[in-house]
Amino acid sequence: MTITETPTTPTPHSRRLTTSKAIVEAIAFEMDRDPSVFYLGEDVGSYGGIFGSTGGLLDRFGKDRVIDTPISETAFIGLGIGAAVEGMRPIVELMFADFMGVCLDQIYNHMAKIHFESGGNVKVPMVLTMGAGGGYSDGAQHSQCLWGTFAHLPGMKVVVPSSPADAKGLMTAAIRDDSPVVYMFHKGVMGLPWMAKNPRSNDDVPEGDYETPIGKANVVRSGNDVTVVTISLSVHHALDVAERLAGDGIDVEVLDLRSLVPLDREAILASVAKTGRLVVVDEDYLSFGMSGEVVATIAEHDPTLLKRPAERVAVPDVPIPYAHALEYAVLPRHDRIEAAVRRAVAG
Amino acid sequence: MTTQAAAQPTTPQQAGGGPDLDPAVRLGLYETMVLSRTYEEAILREYHADKGPGFDIGKGLIPGEMHLSAGQEPVAAGVCAHLTTGDAVTATHRPHHFAVAHGVDLRRMTAEIFGREGGLGRGRGGHMHLFDPDTHFSCSGIIAEGYPPALGQAFAFHRQGTDRIAVAVTGEGAANQGAFHESLNLAARWSLPVVFVVEDNDWGISVPRTASTSVASNADRAVAYGIPGERIEGNDVEGVYGAARRAVARARAGEGPSLIEVHTLRLWGHFEGDAQGYRLDLEDAPSHDPIPRYEAALREAGVLDDETVTRIRSAAGERTEDAIAFAKNSPVPDPASATSYVFA
Repeated sequence: MTITETPTTPTPHSRRLTTSKAIVEAIAFEMDRDPSVFYLGEDVGSYGGIFGSTGGLLDRFGKDRVIDTPISETAFIGLGIGAAVEGMRPIVELMFADFMGVCLDQIYNHMAKIHFESGGNVKVPMVLTMGAGGGYSDGAQHSQCLWGTFAHLPGMKVVVPSSPADAKGLMTAAIRDDSPVVYMFHKGVMGLPWMAKNPRSNDDVPEGDYETPIGKANVVRSGNDVTVVTISLSVHHALDVAERLAGDGIDVEVLDLRSLVPLDREAILASVAKTGRLVVVDEDYLSFGMSGEVVATIAEHDPTLLKRPAERVAVPDVPIPYAHALEYAVLPRHDRIEAAVRRAVAG
Repeated sequence: MTTQAAAQPTTPQQAGGGPDLDPAVRLGLYETMVLSRTYEEAILREYHADKGPGFDIGKGLIPGEMHLSAGQEPVAAGVCAHLTTGDAVTATHRPHHFAVAHGVDLRRMTAEIFGREGGLGRGRGGHMHLFDPDTHFSCSGIIAEGYPPALGQAFAFHRQGTDRIAVAVTGEGAANQGAFHESLNLAARWSLPVVFVVEDNDWGISVPRTASTSVASNADRAVAYGIPGERIEGNDVEGVYGAARRAVARARAGEGPSLIEVHTLRLWGHFEGDAQGYRLDLEDAPSHDPIPRYEAALREAGVLDDETVTRIRSAAGERTEDAIAFAKNSPVPDPASATSYVFA
């Protein structure tokens, strides 16, 4: 796949941007209006972020506000926490979600717990951004999603945008939030010129001040036969599958959760109440994660909503393999999603 | 910036203590240490009051682990004498002496230790997780992990155009953790206004520092990061005071961080209930108690007399008992509110 070069007619209020440029636009807008916002991480300065999350920010805001760090994730994430406690609004980038292992204590024992442990007296208004996901043969230590792991640990919101517009609106909301927000961008939605991408990674983005509330799922395609609940790059895949199956008379609803914490359970229930059939697609590991949580939401609320057992399409509890054929065998790609949808609507 | 081949232990005279020190300062150091000890003796009393029959750690008015700092008061008194409540302190799982010395409200701190709604964290934190925004005091139960947030507080103070600083405290066991080294390097490279304090009480629970640490002085590790490092021997409060004066002044002047290691004394167990069978030095420990020793020195110097000692002890007792009474009268948190405060 290549980037879509569809000619567009820009309106005064939106134009097409890649997801990475949409993220940068949100950050720049907030840095303009709030001097306490700054960005911190590895290669976020002159490089512009390995996945393009800070392109151009250094030139615009200078090295005091767009700051390259040593490879010391524990120290600089902790620095973000301390600065947030003292009233600043840091955005701290962990280059890959996979690197959580070297700094998790600062994330889950400090960033996520200080507000609770202080009985609400100390706030940590911090955004922790990170790249996530695979599909480009980066192997088992650089391809994980891990959003379910963050979501499992209380005290941090977990936001995972799929579209450029959501990426902007949710970043705006994350920076303005008084709670710590883990903001995970899948490399495959960023619209990077050096990675295969879905055309949906380049799309209309509203100009100016644009905020998308955290915790509201989005019906990105309305349908009556089956609900696909998903997030991030898998939203793109699910939409591709839905378009293909429409030709076969299968009307697929695609629900983009947008965030795991808070999880919009009402939107899940409303959609499944309508369709009676559920497929959950998640690029994270299968067990003990998002897909189980979505199914449990139905089971706890009203299992009779389902006309057939729920289907889960996720990484089947193996590390992400390196070889292309092996990696695509475990990722929730179009073929597996389509098969699951067909099973869900059969009978 | 001073760089040395290796940091040398500092004598009390070099450190700026001794007879030249203002008597009011010496009295203040003594007073802080007495308040801290008096407070912890009361916590000890309340902690053990209702743990029986036998010893049930989760039972009683003060449940859970209890790490007391008796013997380590000189470190907190000597350092915090140079701070205002606008400066930040991040302490450890053994935090009371620093909280007392930094001026954390004793009533709300005690209520937190008792797990009450009137506590600093409304009973959600406990004695290892005290957060006081009024004095920028916090602590962490995870070894060495209080250092990184202190960097951020120092960063914010500097960005806000103030000369406020952050003091980051750990024990000597923490100096073998990655967070310690990452923090020293980052603070040094960015010249952050931080004073790193290492309390060397010789013991990482039951493991002696000689078995855990490859260098005789963690001040040498400061030198390795291009920042001044001093080791104060003898648990000497005036030695700590002098070293902290230099380190705090350097940080306030924007010249960057320093490290102070103090060879101190863990007078009691790692936590209450620790039988300390591993500890052969225990019999001698009371004779090294820094408070009677300092009291004797100040009496000899004519700074303290019976009357002043009585006044200081009784004031410490009154403040402590007032805080304990406040805690006991504070309501137990409503179980229905257990899930509150997860998010702002």
